[in-house]
Amino acid sequence: MQNNLQDIEKQALDQISAADSKEVLESISVYFLGRKGLLTAFLRNIPSLPVDERPAAGKNGNLLKIKLEKAIKQARSGLEADAAGDAEGIDITLPGRMLKKGALHPVTQVIDEICGIFLRLGFDIAEGPEVETDYYNFEALNIPPYHPARDMQDTFYVSENIVLRTHTSGSQPRVMEKHEPPVRIISPGKVFRCDSDLTHTPMFHQVEGLMVDKNVSFGDLKGILTTFVHQFFDKDTSLRFRPSFFPFTEPSAEVDIRCVMCKGEGCRVCSNTGWIEILGAGMVHPAVFENVGYDTQKYTGFAFGLGMERVAMLKYGIDDIRKYFENDMRFLGQF
Amino acid sequence: MKVSLSWLREYIPIDLDPQEISDRLTMAGLEVDGVENLYDYLDNVVVGRVVETRQHPDADKLTCCTVDIGKEALYPIVCGAPNVREGMYVACALPGAVLPGDFKIKKSKLRGEPSHGMLCSAAELMLADDASGIMDLDGEFVAGTPLESALKLADAVFEIDLTPNRPDCLSLIGVAREIGAFTEPRNKVTLPDVTFPEDRMDPRDIHDFVAVEIEAPQLCPRYTAGMLFDVTVGPSPLWLKQRLEAVGLASVNNVVDITNYVMMETGQPLHAFDYDNIAKSKIIVRTAGKPGDTSLEFTTLDSKTHKLDPEMLMICDGEKPVGIAGVMGGENSEITDATTRVLVESAYFNPVSIRRTAKRTGIASDASHRFERGVDPEGTVFALKRAVSLMAPLCSATIASGIIDENPVKAQSVAIDLSPKALNVRLGTSFSADEMARILASVEFGVNKKDDGDLQVRVPAFRVDVTRPEDLSEEVARLWGYNKIETSYPLVKAQGRSLAGRLVLRSKIRQAMTGFGFCEAINYNFIRKDACTRMGIKDTDKRTRMVEILNPISDQMAVLRTSLVPGLLESMARNTAQQVDTLQLFEIGKVFYDKAPGAQPDEVEMLGGLITGSRCDQTWYSKKEAVDFFDLKGVVQGLLESFHISGVLYERPDAGVCPYFEPGYGAKVVKDGLTLGTLGKIASAVGAAFGLKQDVYLFELEMDRFEKAVPKSIQAVGLPKFPSISRDMTFIVSKRVEAGAMMGTISTFAQKQGLIEDYFLFDVFEGRNIDDNKKSLSFRIVYRSASKTLTEKNIKKIHDQLSRKLIDDFNAGLPG
Repeated sequence: MQNNLQDIEKQALDQISAADSKEVLESISVYFLGRKGLLTAFLRNIPSLPVDERPAAGKNGNLLKIKLEKAIKQARSGLEADAAGDAEGIDITLPGRMLKKGALHPVTQVIDEICGIFLRLGFDIAEGPEVETDYYNFEALNIPPYHPARDMQDTFYVSENIVLRTHTSGSQPRVMEKHEPPVRIISPGKVFRCDSDLTHTPMFHQVEGLMVDKNVSFGDLKGILTTFVHQFFDKDTSLRFRPSFFPFTEPSAEVDIRCVMCKGEGCRVCSNTGWIEILGAGMVHPAVFENVGYDTQKYTGFAFGLGMERVAMLKYGIDDIRKYFENDMRFLGQF
Repeated sequence: MKVSLSWLREYIPIDLDPQEISDRLTMAGLEVDGVENLYDYLDNVVVGRVVETRQHPDADKLTCCTVDIGKEALYPIVCGAPNVREGMYVACALPGAVLPGDFKIKKSKLRGEPSHGMLCSAAELMLADDASGIMDLDGEFVAGTPLESALKLADAVFEIDLTPNRPDCLSLIGVAREIGAFTEPRNKVTLPDVTFPEDRMDPRDIHDFVAVEIEAPQLCPRYTAGMLFDVTVGPSPLWLKQRLEAVGLASVNNVVDITNYVMMETGQPLHAFDYDNIAKSKIIVRTAGKPGDTSLEFTTLDSKTHKLDPEMLMICDGEKPVGIAGVMGGENSEITDATTRVLVESAYFNPVSIRRTAKRTGIASDASHRFERGVDPEGTVFALKRAVSLMAPLCSATIASGIIDENPVKAQSVAIDLSPKALNVRLGTSFSADEMARILASVEFGVNKKDDGDLQVRVPAFRVDVTRPEDLSEEVARLWGYNKIETSYPLVKAQGRSLAGRLVLRSKIRQAMTGFGFCEAINYNFIRKDACTRMGIKDTDKRTRMVEILNPISDQMAVLRTSLVPGLLESMARNTAQQVDTLQLFEIGKVFYDKAPGAQPDEVEMLGGLITGSRCDQTWYSKKEAVDFFDLKGVVQGLLESFHISGVLYERPDAGVCPYFEPGYGAKVVKDGLTLGTLGKIASAVGAAFGLKQDVYLFELEMDRFEKAVPKSIQAVGLPKFPSISRDMTFIVSKRVEAGAMMGTISTFAQKQGLIEDYFLFDVFEGRNIDDNKKSLSFRIVYRSASKTLTEKNIKKIHDQLSRKLIDDFNAGLPG
C-alpha cells in the first residue's frame, strides 16, 4: 500500500514539474486529486484496509494530498508569472517617472580623475589666484621681462604687472616660499592665453605638478608620468620623452603618448605621426629654486603640466574645443 | 626655421635619409614639424630632345615639334617659344603633370595640331625667372630622365620648430652641427672658406671711407663692417635664388640675397647700406634721442614709418638714422639698382634692447628674431668676411682693404665646473666622466678633466643658452636620448596634508547639484563691458568694479566677470537658440572685483544655478508644467539641507541689490544675519537684453559664506521613544501676510514651549468663500514628549495658546 502511495507521489510530481500549461496542470490535478483521482481513490479505500494500517495510510495519504496541492499551486503561479502579460497587473513597459539626470562638466571630470591619481601618489592640491602678478607668473619662474620665452605664451594683461595667469605654475613658487622640501603638489585650474581659433580658446584648464626633495631625478619624473599615463589612459599606452625648452626647467621635455585613437597606426588626431603630445615637463631650473631660497646643491625637483581640454578630447573623442564653454545641454548631458 | 638637405650637405656629409634625419633632430630637441621634397611638383616633367621642328600651318608664332621623351614613339608638341630648335634638350611636361599655379597638362590640339605635352620655360617650372623662352638644358642628357634628377634638384626641406633657447640653430651651420653629433662616425662641420679672393682686392682702405663710433657700447658691444666698390646690383644666380626660396626667403637682388644667405648660413644677421647715402662717412651707433622726446620717427626699408622711443638703438650716419639697429634698415640707405658702393654691417646687439624695440615697433624681422635670442658674439667677423667674399664675385665688385672691427665690450667666454655625480643624480643616470665628456664634445664643448674628478667645460660662444651645470645635464640627456634614461620612482616620506576644505566643499556641492539633475556649466571669466548695464546694476554696486583686460580678444570678452549671472544667461540663450528650452545648469567659479590700480583684484568664488523651461514634460502621467520660483527655492533649500545648514531665512532683498530680478520675485538667503546669496526670477526686460524669451530663475551663493555656514561636525540624536500627535490649524489672513512670518512666530513659540517637535504649512488657498484680499493658510503642528505618550489633554492648552497668538499677531480669522 505504501508502495502504491510512493508510486503516486513520484508519478504526480514528475508530471507536475513537466507541465507546461495551466490546462495540463488542471488535468494532472483531476487525475490525482479529482473525484475519481488516484489519490482520492486511495483515501477512499482506507476503510477497507486492515485496522492497524489505516492510521498510517490515512496520515500519509493526507500529507501527500497537501503536498500535491501545494506543488500544483506553485507550478500554476510559476506558469502565471511566465505569462504575466496575459494576467492582471501593470504595464511595466510604460516609462518610469524618471528623475532628471545631472552631469559634471567633462573638464571637471578629467581634473577630478587626474587629481585623484596624484593624490594617491602622495601629492597635495595647491590652488592660486587666477589673476596673477607678473612676478609669480613669469619672473619667479625664470622668465624675465623681454625674454623671448614670453612669446611662447600670449598673455592677457590687466595692468603693467598684473596678468591673467598663463599657467597654474605660479602656485609653485607661492608654495615653495612657504614650505621647505619635500614638496609634492599639483595645481589644477583655469589659465588664459590671448589666442582664439579652431584649436585654441582664450581660457582653458591645466593641471601642473611639482615635486622637490633630495635626489629627485629625471628618471623619477619619467616614472611618475608613466604611472600617471598608465592610470589615466591604459597600461599599454607607451610614452616618448622629447627634449624641449621651458625657462623654468632644465632639462626640459615634451611627453608624447602613443595615439590613443589609432594606437600608433597614424590618423587625423595624431597628424599621422602615431604620437600625441600631452605633457610638458622637466627638472626644476636652479634659478627657480634660487628665487624661493631653496638650496640648489641639496635639492632637485621636477615639474610638469598638461592641458585638461586636450586630454578630455582624447578621453571622450571630443573634436571641437569651443564646445567646452558653450554649455550646450546636448553636449554637457553626454558626460 | 626651414633648412634644405642639399644646403646642409655643404657643411657636413649626410648619409641618412630625410625621415631619419627628421626623427633624430626631433629627438635631439629640434622638433621637425614637417619634411617636404621641394620639387615634388616636377612629377611628370622629363628631359626631352627636340628631334624635328616645323612651322605651325595656322599660326605664325607656333612651332610644331616632335620630341623624344625616351619612349618608342615621339611626342608631337606645339611650342610658342622663339628659342626652340632641333637637337635642343628641353624640359617637357607630360600629360598628367601639374605645374605651379595648378596648371594641368593634358593631351590637346592647338589650332588643329596635336600637342601631347608642353615644353617649359624656367619660370613656368619655378626654377628661375626667365620666361623669355623654354629652358635650354646645357649638357648631355638621356631623354626621358625626370627633370628633377637630371638637374639634381631633389631636395628635402625640413621645417624645424625651434625653441627660443637655441638661436645657434637658426642657421644651416648650427643645424649641420647637430646632425654631426648623431652621424656615425661623428662628423664635424666644415666651415666655408672666407678668404677674400686676391684678384678682387682693392688697394683703398675701408678706414679712409668710413669711421664707426659706438656711443652705446652696452647695447652694441661689437660692430664690424666691410666695404665693396664697383658693385653691380642685379638678379642673383639661380643657385642662390633656389637656396633662399627653399628656406622660404624671397630673392631681392644679389647684394641683399647674399646678406640673407649668410644670415641663414651662419645665424648672424647682416645689413648692407648704400655707401653713397651715408652722410659724412660716419656710422654712429646710438640711442634714438633724448629721454622724453616723443617726436622721433623713422621710415624703414619696407616704406613704413615707425614712432621711436628715445632709448631705441639706431644706426646713424653723420647726420641722421639710417637703420633701426638689429631690426630693420632704413629706406634712406637701402640698396638700389643704382648702388655702386656697399657697406656691409655685421654686429652684435644686446638681446633685450632688440626685443624691446621689435615689440614696441611691431617689427618682427629675421634679424630681430635672431638678435633677441642671442647670436654668436664671436661670429660677427666670420659672417662679414663670408658675405664680402661672396659679394665680390657675384656682384662683380672689388673689396676694400681691411675691415672695421669696433669691439668696446668683449664677450666673456663661459667655463662651467661640472660634477659628474651631481649630473647623474639630476638625471638618474650613471654616466662616467669620460662618457659625459665624449657626449659634450660631440657638439663642440671643450672638456678637461680636473684632478678632483670633476670636468671643466668650455662652452662654445655660439651656445648662448648654456651657462650652468644644469644646462649641461640637458645636453648630456638629449644627446644620449631621453628615452634611454631609465625610468625610476622617487622614494618619499608618506606624509601628506589634508585636503583644503574648499576642495571638499566644491566636490560635495557638485555631487549634490548633479544629484538634483543639474548639468555643470563652465563659462568664460570674461564678459562684456556693459554687462552691469544689461543687468540694471547701479554704479555704486561693487559689481561695477570690473577688471578691464588691456588686450581683450573681443568686445564680448573685455572685462572679468563680477557675477555668474551674465554667463549663465548667455549659456541659456545659446541653448534656447538650439530649441533646448528646459535647462538646469549650475556653475562654480570665481568673480573678480577691482581693488586698486596695479593690484590683484579680489577673487570671490561663487556658486550659481539656473532653471528654466518645464518641471515635468507632457508624459503619460503628467502634464507639461513650467518651473517657477519655488522649484528654484527648493533646490537652494535642498542644497543647504544636504550640508546640514539649518535656520536659513529667505527675505526680500535690499533695494537695488538684485535689480535683475522681477520686482517681488527675488529673495536673499540669510543665515545668522549673513547673506549667503540671492535667488529670484529674472526680470523680463533683463531676459530680453540677453535675447531670452521664456521665464528663467537663477540663484547665486557666495562660497566663502556657504563654507562658513556648514556645521563643523554632525552630532547624532537618539530616536524618540514615544509617539507624536498632530493637530492642524487654519487661518484666514490678509494676502499681505507672509507665511514665513507666521512660521517664524510658530518657531519662536515652539522653542519656548518644548513639546512642539515640528510644524509645517500644508495648504495655501485663495478663492471660493474667502474674501478677495484674503487667503487661508493651514499649518500642521506635531507634538511629542520625550518622556510620555501625549494625549489630547496634554496639548490642547498649548495648541489653543499658539492659535490665539497667531490670531492676535496677524489679525487672523478662523474659517467660517
